[in-house]
This record gives sequence, C-alpha cells and structure tokens, in this order.
Amino acid sequence: MKKIIKYVIIDILRNKIVIGYTLFLLAITLSIFNLEDQSTKGLLSLLNIILIVVPLVCILFSAIYVYNSNEFIELLVSQPIKRSTILLSMFTGLSVSMVVAFLIGTGIPILLFEPTLTGFTMMGVGVLLTLIFVSVALLTAVYARDKAKGIGWVILLWLYFSLLFDGLILFILYQFSEYPLEKAMVGISALNPIDLSRILVLLKMDVSAMMGYTGAIFRNFFGTQYGFWMAIAVMLLWAFIPLFISLRKFKRKDL
Amino acid sequence: MIIASNVSKKFGRLKALDNVSVKLLRGECVALIGPNGSGKTTFIKSLLGMVVPDHGFITFNDKNILHDWNYRSRIGYMPQIGRYPDNMSIGQVLNMMKDIRKVKSSEMDEELIEAFELNTMANKRMRTLSGGTRQKVSASLAFLFNPDVLILDEPTAGLDPVATEILKRKIIQEKQKNKLIMITSHVLSELDELVTEVMYMQDGQCRFHKKVDVLRAETSEERLTRVMASIISKM
Repeated sequence: MKKIIKYVIIDILRNKIVIGYTLFLLAITLSIFNLEDQSTKGLLSLLNIILIVVPLVCILFSAIYVYNSNEFIELLVSQPIKRSTILLSMFTGLSVSMVVAFLIGTGIPILLFEPTLTGFTMMGVGVLLTLIFVSVALLTAVYARDKAKGIGWVILLWLYFSLLFDGLILFILYQFSEYPLEKAMVGISALNPIDLSRILVLLKMDVSAMMGYTGAIFRNFFGTQYGFWMAIAVMLLWAFIPLFISLRKFKRKDL
Repeated sequence: MIIASNVSKKFGRLKALDNVSVKLLRGECVALIGPNGSGKTTFIKSLLGMVVPDHGFITFNDKNILHDWNYRSRIGYMPQIGRYPDNMSIGQVLNMMKDIRKVKSSEMDEELIEAFELNTMANKRMRTLSGGTRQKVSASLAFLFNPDVLILDEPTAGLDPVATEILKRKIIQEKQKNKLIMITSHVLSELDELVTEVMYMQDGQCRFHKKVDVLRAETSEERLTRVMASIISKM
C-alpha cells in the first residue's frame, strides 16, 4: 500500500496543479491578512474564500486525476494487489497532497497573523472539507464510467453544496416562516458539510450575535462541547461514507 | 490448475459469457480461438478477476478467486491493448512493477527486456510509443516475474517479424518448464508449433476444448488453419 501511495503522490507532484493551488492559497491568504487592519475581519473574508475554493479545487482535481489514472488502475488490477488497496491508496495520495497544500497555503499565514482558536478551527475545517470532497470525487469517478459525465456530476455536486443548498434553505425558511423551524435547521445543516463548516467557524467569532434567533439556537447547540464534536463527527461521516460506498462498488467493478 | 464452472457474464443485454466451463492444467498450451466478440477477452479478464462473473465461479489451485488476490502473483498477463500511465517512461513503468511486486531480482526473468532492447529506450515516455513497442513492454512485463501461468491476449498483433520470432521462442521455452500457457490469436498459422489444445468460443459459449492431436485425427488435416476451417464449416 505504501508503495502505491508513493507512486500516486509522485505522479500528483509531477503535474504542477497542486503546487499552483498551494501558491494561490498562500497569495490570497497573505494578501487578505495584509489588506485588513483587523485580523478578525480578515478571517471572515478568508472563510468565504476557503469555503468556495477548497471544495471546488479538491472535487474537480481529484475526479480528473482518478479518470486520468485509469491506465494506472488497470495495470495494477491485473497484479496481485487487493482492489481496496488500490482505491484507498488513490484516496490517501490525493488527500495527503491536497491537505498538505492547504496547510502550507493557509496554515502558515494563519499561524503568523491569527494563531487563535478561531484560526485553528478554520484550519481544521479546511482539512475536513478537503477529505470530504476528495472522497465525493472518488465516489463519482467510480460510479460514472464516462469522464465527461463524471466531471459534469462533480460540478453539479459542487454547485449544490455551495449555492443551491443555501437557496433551498432560504426558500424553505421563507415558505414556512409561520412555523418554528429554528430547531430543525440544526438538523438540516448537517446535510451540507460546507454550511456546517461555516457555522463552526462563525460561532468561534463574535459575529454570530448578528445571526438572529436561528443564530442563538445554533449557538446553544454548536456552541457546546457536545455540539461541536457532533458537528466534527458528522463531517467525518461525510468523508467516510462516500469512500466506503465507492470501495464497495469498486470491488465488483468490471475493468 | 484453473477450473471455470458455469461462468456467465452479461454486459447490459449482451451475453458476453454463457455458461463457460473449462479445466486448464499445468503443462498445457491452450489456444483460445473464436470470432470477434465471442467473449475471449472477457473470459481472460474474468480469469484475472478484472471482470466479475454474474454466475458461476473460477478456482485457481482449488481456491475460489473471488475473494483472493494473491493468486495473481502467479499469472503473467499480456493484455490485448496495453494501457500504461502516459507520462511515465518505459524504465519507470518497469521499475514500478518490480518495486510493487516483492520479487528478488535473481528470480526475475529479464530475457525479453534485453531481447527487445527496451533498456536502450528506457527514457521514452509511454505516450510516445508505437503500438508494437507497447506490445513489447506488455510482453516483457508478463514474463518478468517468472509466473506459473501465462495469459497472452493477441500477443503478436502489431509486432514486427523479428520481435514475433523472439516472443515465440520465449513461449516455447516457457512451455517446456511445465507452465500453463493460454494464447488468443487470429493468426492461426502462428500457433501451429505452440499449442497443444484448442478451446473454441462462439457467442460467449465454449463450443469445444480438445487436444490438437485429437482434432488433427478427426479432420485428417495437418495444419491448424485447415483443421479449424474444416471444423467450423461443419458446425
């Protein structure tokens, strides 16, 4: 397994997208912290960028990478290697390189400018999002045999998680404004890891006071130790369930 | 050594394999013959576990291959169309395979790599290779780890006459080591001096699996091309 991970990582480093991603994150984070005089405000802008860029790059790059490694996978499948080893090595290789890129790109500036609990929560959330979207990309790539179809799916999924879901929630809240939906919102937010990350980070800042009654409910739940760890557990599930399903499918896939 | 029992596989509506049962033993050199789309490659891929049959099972040395993966260390497989990571060079692919398979270098068989002079072009990227050179890489990889079973899917397609001759010599040499060799090919004249058995497939079914000598006696023909032509015309 170690050897296959090694070859996957060498291959990822060879095409320089991951290095570009690191530099891009580094440039954005550094410039935000240098532009804003108040580092909390900087953190808020950074949060919005991370929640858009990290899922997009992770899901697209991973899906395209898996499709392009088709030959590599085919070569390994006829060798005495477990199928689960092959897929897990792909997942590990991709996650390790994306997580390292994220930690260098945003972790170093955060350590320099904002080494607070909020900053560390943001780093943790970014790592979790990376794992989640690599795993979702893997699931799509295992299910959709056609590359164009798979990448289309991946873009739709990203749109859903970062835009459509929020629109849907606004719609529901508006339509059912007569009903007490605030408590249900806690449950609904678990359906989208990006929202969950946003809530986790915002609650560590003071701006959550401006979020109204729903914000107060969120604070009551996610503000506690129990709620915080529940949210982390839900995000880990978001990373492992797609991986688990794709492993099961991949074991019986015809190549 | 390899036993397939009632193996069936459907791709959508197409029956690629329909109740195929065969027994392949050590020391045999089997020619897998059949028209295009008769399920030869699907059958080979299911032997390797690359295609999972819908029904039936395959055993390798009396162990079901479904949940086993280690048996593949004893099979050398040369695919019909070798597909390799585009941005790796020949040397890198060879080294990677050696690295992944924990086989001692003294036990490796690098004869074909030398015969095909792959070392002289070790730096060429796989993407730039011609079909024939790709076939040479595939062949070298199949023989590299000295496997007990060799499965060669259209081994000579795209190879030049010199390389074909080298490969044929190598197959004969391995046959004498009491290995199981399975070859598919449409060029029957090439199989003449190699094979001891013929397995004929059509429409996903195994029509017959007999010794070449028996077939020769049945049809009173000498050359394999004529033997097969006379059998098929009677079917």
